[in-house]
Amino acid sequence: MQIRTREFIPRATFALHDPNLQRALAKAADGFIGKRAKAIAEVPEFEALREAARVRKDEILSELDLWLERYEARVRAVGGQVHWARDAEEARAIVLALCRRAGAKTVAKGKSMVSEEIGLNEALAADGLEVIETDLGEYIVQLAKEPPSHIIAPAVHKTKEQVAELFAEHHGTTPEPTVSGLVTEARQQLRRAFFRADVGITGANFLIAETGASVIVTNEGNGDLTQTLARVHIVTAGIEKVVPALEDATLFLRLLARSATGQDSETYTTYSMGPRRAGDPDGPQEYHVVLVDNGRSRMLGGPWREMLRCIRCGACMNHCPVYGAIGGHAYGWVYPGPMGSVLTPLFVGLDTAYDLPNACTLNGRCGEVCPVKIPLPDLIREVRHAQQRDGLHPPAEQRVKALWRRVAERPALYHGLERLAVRLLATLGHKGRIRRLPGLSGWTDARDLPAPAGRTFLELWHAKGHDE
Amino acid sequence: MPPDRTGTVGLFATCLMNAMRPNIGFAAARLLEDAGWRVEVPREQTCCGQPAYNGGDEDAARALARRTIAQFEAFDALVAPSGSCLATLKHDYPRLLRDDPLWAGRAQALADKSWELLTFLHERVGPEHIRSRFPHRVTYHDSCSGLRQLGIHEAPRALLARVEGLRLVEAEEREVCCGFGGTFSVKYPALSERLAENKVQRLLATRAEVVLGGDLGCLLHLAGRLSRICAPVRVYHTVEVLAGLADGPGIGQS
Repeated sequence: MQIRTREFIPRATFALHDPNLQRALAKAADGFIGKRAKAIAEVPEFEALREAARVRKDEILSELDLWLERYEARVRAVGGQVHWARDAEEARAIVLALCRRAGAKTVAKGKSMVSEEIGLNEALAADGLEVIETDLGEYIVQLAKEPPSHIIAPAVHKTKEQVAELFAEHHGTTPEPTVSGLVTEARQQLRRAFFRADVGITGANFLIAETGASVIVTNEGNGDLTQTLARVHIVTAGIEKVVPALEDATLFLRLLARSATGQDSETYTTYSMGPRRAGDPDGPQEYHVVLVDNGRSRMLGGPWREMLRCIRCGACMNHCPVYGAIGGHAYGWVYPGPMGSVLTPLFVGLDTAYDLPNACTLNGRCGEVCPVKIPLPDLIREVRHAQQRDGLHPPAEQRVKALWRRVAERPALYHGLERLAVRLLATLGHKGRIRRLPGLSGWTDARDLPAPAGRTFLELWHAKGHDE
Repeated sequence: MPPDRTGTVGLFATCLMNAMRPNIGFAAARLLEDAGWRVEVPREQTCCGQPAYNGGDEDAARALARRTIAQFEAFDALVAPSGSCLATLKHDYPRLLRDDPLWAGRAQALADKSWELLTFLHERVGPEHIRSRFPHRVTYHDSCSGLRQLGIHEAPRALLARVEGLRLVEAEEREVCCGFGGTFSVKYPALSERLAENKVQRLLATRAEVVLGGDLGCLLHLAGRLSRICAPVRVYHTVEVLAGLADGPGIGQS
């Protein structure tokens, strides 16, 4: 997937003024936030579950190597194969080789953010394969030749009318611009693809070490058809997806569905384990798991370790006021919103994704709704610190910060300059406010600057003869 | 500690209050002194260091944290009229200095006796000292740092309930950020403006005459936006109303 994080500011600016996007975002935010609130209100132990999940995830991460090896052994024991991919390139090569070996012409895909992360679709298409996304949202963005704009709702940036038009253009039909009309239309189109597919590729929400099962949750059942009907099932998953036991998966599933879509559970929760056995009525002939590291084991040993707790529910972006204002495409890569503001710079570079962690008010709502209690604001701030260490903040800003620090450590100078500034601002004020202030246009472009009265608190207080 | 026990408070004059709205400091001092607390304002104080901390410069934040600790550790309590600065003192100082054997303990000790003003008035001073009158329809803006990092929600409402004639009308989406975000407001003005506008729409929908809050950063941003769109609404820090010092012009007005 093309990296467009450097274009954050122009893309965000346009997003603020794109009427269709704004309409779609307003509708989505109402749905996600309200449904989640309602769903968790019905679970009095929700906070306890979050804490349990945080603790459990940390335990698992501290023994991740152990659980990955157990998982691998179990997958082998049930007839599947495990492939280890150090980075995106290796992951693509492994999947491509599997597809070639299967003589595949058509690949059906369930929704998988890891496959976006490793740029799988482009690689498969470049090899001459027909790739069909089967998740409705992914199918829509694939037709539109766009990347997903949300990790669980890839086409959340589109209105129903836009989707109906897109279908009309590609299918030559005239679907009703209603949810059920569009779903029916997509189902009819996709059904043919499921039967045509030689290989089915899905992601995984969890990988269970004790059974060797991969778990996916969907609301459309497309994942089941993708992985059951094709001859070869390939699971692509980040290494952090492994959990020791079924009961761990159920703990995270309770949090995932409620945090993501406000459901008690998603409509389909599917466990798949190895290829079809003798006597099984269906299932693939081959079952492969591609475990993708792509920087994750490095994160495990560093300040961003907590980010590996992420279960990709999307609650942080649903509750982020910046995401809510601009949608996911402005962020310019696979992972948008608060989790993306931490992850994207780690994947594509602190420099390349400079704006993502900075375009954040640190209001903290993301951390408050995170089902595994990732301290997202702290991690976002930590990325800014890393950018500071690498000298990546704009030169003018760095000069101002360095100067400000020197002044702030010298009280007489600091207060002297403050007194001067306050007097100057007071003279610029008209009716109590300043309309335009060169040098601070970032402020006055958007709002007036309240004008100060002309004396600082400290000088007034001490002039009144107060003792220290 | 029972509410009737008093002592000496070191008033942390936040940068924005010191420069832009001294009335907040005087209002805070009036209420504290009325309740029998002695108020001192150390001359050598400067900034808590939050802009450096959030801007990526941990080193500068550490230097300013040490300065602030040295200035205030002798008082019975530190009180600041800002949830945002106070959260820095209370949560970030101990974290910033945890590996510094000379300062870790001092940072924690100061954090333990540092209070956001409205919380201090509510829990330590007691609301019975509030005797002001403000016959207006008001709405209250919860600032994110105060709300999430310090859990400030009940204190301002309980205190405002003591003000004669004041009618509090709650806005919708109170837990959503106003878009100030410190340097975010000037680094990403288009985003900040949109978030401000979203917030202002919610505040105006209450038909309140007055917007109150506990953090001057958000209040300057909201007052500036309300002024820009010519909204006939006044903005004050909550303590100005509580101390009966909201008789002058609101923030950004004359």
